[in-house]
Amino acid sequence: MIHFSNWKIFLIVAVCVWGVLFTVPNFIAPETRASMAENMPGWIPSQAVNLGLDLQGGSHLLLQVELGDVIKEQSSDLLAQARTELRSERIGYTRLSPVPNGFRVSLRDSAQADAAKKILRKLDERTEIKTLEEGTYEVAFTESGINDINTQTLSQSIEIVRRRIDETGTNEPVIQRQGDDRIVVQLPGLDSPERIKELLGKTAKLTFHLVDQDGGIDTFSLPSRDLQGQELSVKRRAILTGDMLTNASPNFQNGAPVVSFRLNGQGAKRFCDVTRNNVEKPFAIVLDNEIVSAPNINEPICGGQAIISGRFTVQETSDLSLLLRAGALPAPLTILEERTVGPTLGRDSVEAGKLAGMLAFALVLVFMVISYGLFGFFAAIALCFNMFLIFGILSWLQATLTLPGIGGIILTIGMAVDANVLIFERIREEMRTGRSLLSAIDSGYKNAISTIVDANMTTLIAAIFLYSFGSGPVKGFAVTLTIGIITSMFSAIMLTRLMVSLWLKYKRPTELTI
Amino acid sequence: MKLLKLVPEETNFNFIGWRTFAYAVSLAIIIGSLGLLAFKGLNLGIDFTGGTLIEIQVKETPNLPTLRDDLNGLGLGGISIQEFGQPNDLLIRVGQQNGDETVQKAAIDKVRTAIDANFSGEEVDYRRVEYVGPQVGDELKKAGLLAFLLSMLGILAYIWVRFEWQFGVAAVIALFHDSIGVLGFFALTGESFDLATLAAVLLVAGYSINDTVVVFDRVRENLRKYKKMLLGELLNKSINQMLSRTIMTSLTTVLVLVMLYVFGGEVIKGFTEALIFGIVLGTFSSIYVAAPLLMIFKVRADKPKAKEATAS
Repeated sequence: MIHFSNWKIFLIVAVCVWGVLFTVPNFIAPETRASMAENMPGWIPSQAVNLGLDLQGGSHLLLQVELGDVIKEQSSDLLAQARTELRSERIGYTRLSPVPNGFRVSLRDSAQADAAKKILRKLDERTEIKTLEEGTYEVAFTESGINDINTQTLSQSIEIVRRRIDETGTNEPVIQRQGDDRIVVQLPGLDSPERIKELLGKTAKLTFHLVDQDGGIDTFSLPSRDLQGQELSVKRRAILTGDMLTNASPNFQNGAPVVSFRLNGQGAKRFCDVTRNNVEKPFAIVLDNEIVSAPNINEPICGGQAIISGRFTVQETSDLSLLLRAGALPAPLTILEERTVGPTLGRDSVEAGKLAGMLAFALVLVFMVISYGLFGFFAAIALCFNMFLIFGILSWLQATLTLPGIGGIILTIGMAVDANVLIFERIREEMRTGRSLLSAIDSGYKNAISTIVDANMTTLIAAIFLYSFGSGPVKGFAVTLTIGIITSMFSAIMLTRLMVSLWLKYKRPTELTI
Repeated sequence: MKLLKLVPEETNFNFIGWRTFAYAVSLAIIIGSLGLLAFKGLNLGIDFTGGTLIEIQVKETPNLPTLRDDLNGLGLGGISIQEFGQPNDLLIRVGQQNGDETVQKAAIDKVRTAIDANFSGEEVDYRRVEYVGPQVGDELKKAGLLAFLLSMLGILAYIWVRFEWQFGVAAVIALFHDSIGVLGFFALTGESFDLATLAAVLLVAGYSINDTVVVFDRVRENLRKYKKMLLGELLNKSINQMLSRTIMTSLTTVLVLVMLYVFGGEVIKGFTEALIFGIVLGTFSSIYVAAPLLMIFKVRADKPKAKEATAS
């Protein structure tokens, strides 16, 4: 147990040097670190530990994407499309009604079954047609179709969320998917996420519709902002949709705040045609199921440029332009969780953690030395390297250090000593039985190691379950605890033992006070 | 150099002899904790109940009764306000509102306006705003319970494989003893029980098992070594042999945690408190609960047969 081969010594030293190297960037000012990263070769570590939002201050939002709404919407689009197509092919039906994830249609004349099926099949490739009885069909999205839609909705939502947040100029936001229908947004340094929440709370779905004046079919009613919530009936078919906008910016017209926008080629052409054919008729500008305004078409608008007027404030026009530029969310978002930590609390926590950590560390070092003498001193040195290794690994993995994480590290200091205590107490016992120094140390290590492994494995099991099922703060704690258990086993079993072995080899002592 | 020895070299305390007394203490802790949990319950934090938590810091000591009246006059249900570490640092907790997200947001806005109005002319530092929706609260509760039960099972399985079944069962009983004790402690103090404190309970479980395993390890070794020794005597010997280590490790860990408790800041206090209490309890249980349980489970029948003795 006591002898070390040369390559083993080399390996242990290499690990320690690695730990120190990767810890060093934490002591360097961020600006110097940035220039280091640029000017020095890639293998030189230049990353510091990634502080969690609870330490650096910032805002954490957990958003839920309402996927169900999208499926519902797509199903009703599917139904509307089927109605139009069946009509244009002159296929009569007695009933056309929505079902979950699709619709059901009963044909008037089952002789047209083949033609109808052809149309239904072409509607959307993610659906399947079930024949319920002769002439009655159910068209619904398949399970994999729904999965496709959901995946697409989620990734599109993430993209839009990112664009909206980028537009606000927030520093280094982290936007990630979580689970099947959630998005995590982390905004470091932001202590008031109200504006971001406001921006994410709107889907910003913009459409232009002609106002229905003759009580035609295929219309729907929406509340109007101009008329204090009174409803107005508009044609279902949209003339323009938000995705045809290429730019939008806040502006003024006759002293009133408005949003001016520019259309892409297709949109400009459509808008030109429709306005030319409907001069003197009103059209409705619909934003998130509310009619913002319903102006009259005074003359054809063909320049590809127009404005949205309404009873806006200046702030509203600038928000609306931002939302239109970033695009509409495919589904509404709900905030499930918000955790915001102001910069003062974060700073206080870091300071408190540092102070507590250093005091605890110093106390343990002193305690080890007065209890175990020289071996305690070895253990104290190993504990220092243990700290380097923990911070080195944290910096290298770019794991996030949270406040409970600091708690985990400090707890590790206490527990790291345990392995050494087990070994030293065992050596004491062996010496009491009258063994020689060498043999006492040898069998002390031999006998203690299985105990150390058993004891640490059980803690490791708890830490791993914490990591898998915990969230946020608990996870941060589990990470440092796991790293701490591994490095403390290394430092007690390898590093302290190496020092003991070198001491035996070069000093050739005959007695030891332990 | 004279070294510090907290525990004399050869101790011979009769731990096992005191076991009836220890059982009574343990039973009192368990029954007391369960009673507290059943009748008083845990003061669950917003992590599990949902709701909003706001921490503010102001320059001058605020007039709590006025602020309390102002906030509770908003009609948003009971709003609790408490000092957090120092008199000018306040923790304000608003319950989950009935309604959708806009209702929640409006409620928080109302509270903020009321707070700002209460400290007119003075800047209020919003140190922390946390909102947890009811759905997430529920999920966190479930995930926490799952993590706890799975880690128990994992630990039980590990010890079962490494030792004999008696050891595994005794260790898990000691574990439940400690976890229930910590939960009871939280019910008693009425301190907020949140995700971080749950992590602390899990950690106490990890530490307690660590302590127990170390003693068991020695018991196993001695079972092999002293084939004729009476079980009670053998358990006593094992505990005494490990006593120095048990005290040293528990003491350093508790020392470290006390540092964290005193200097680590308010946010982490509940977490540290749970750990300190749990570690003291865990040390007690590995000496007085886990090892004596091996007597009950008869890990070895006393009066070993002559055949066995000669075979060794």
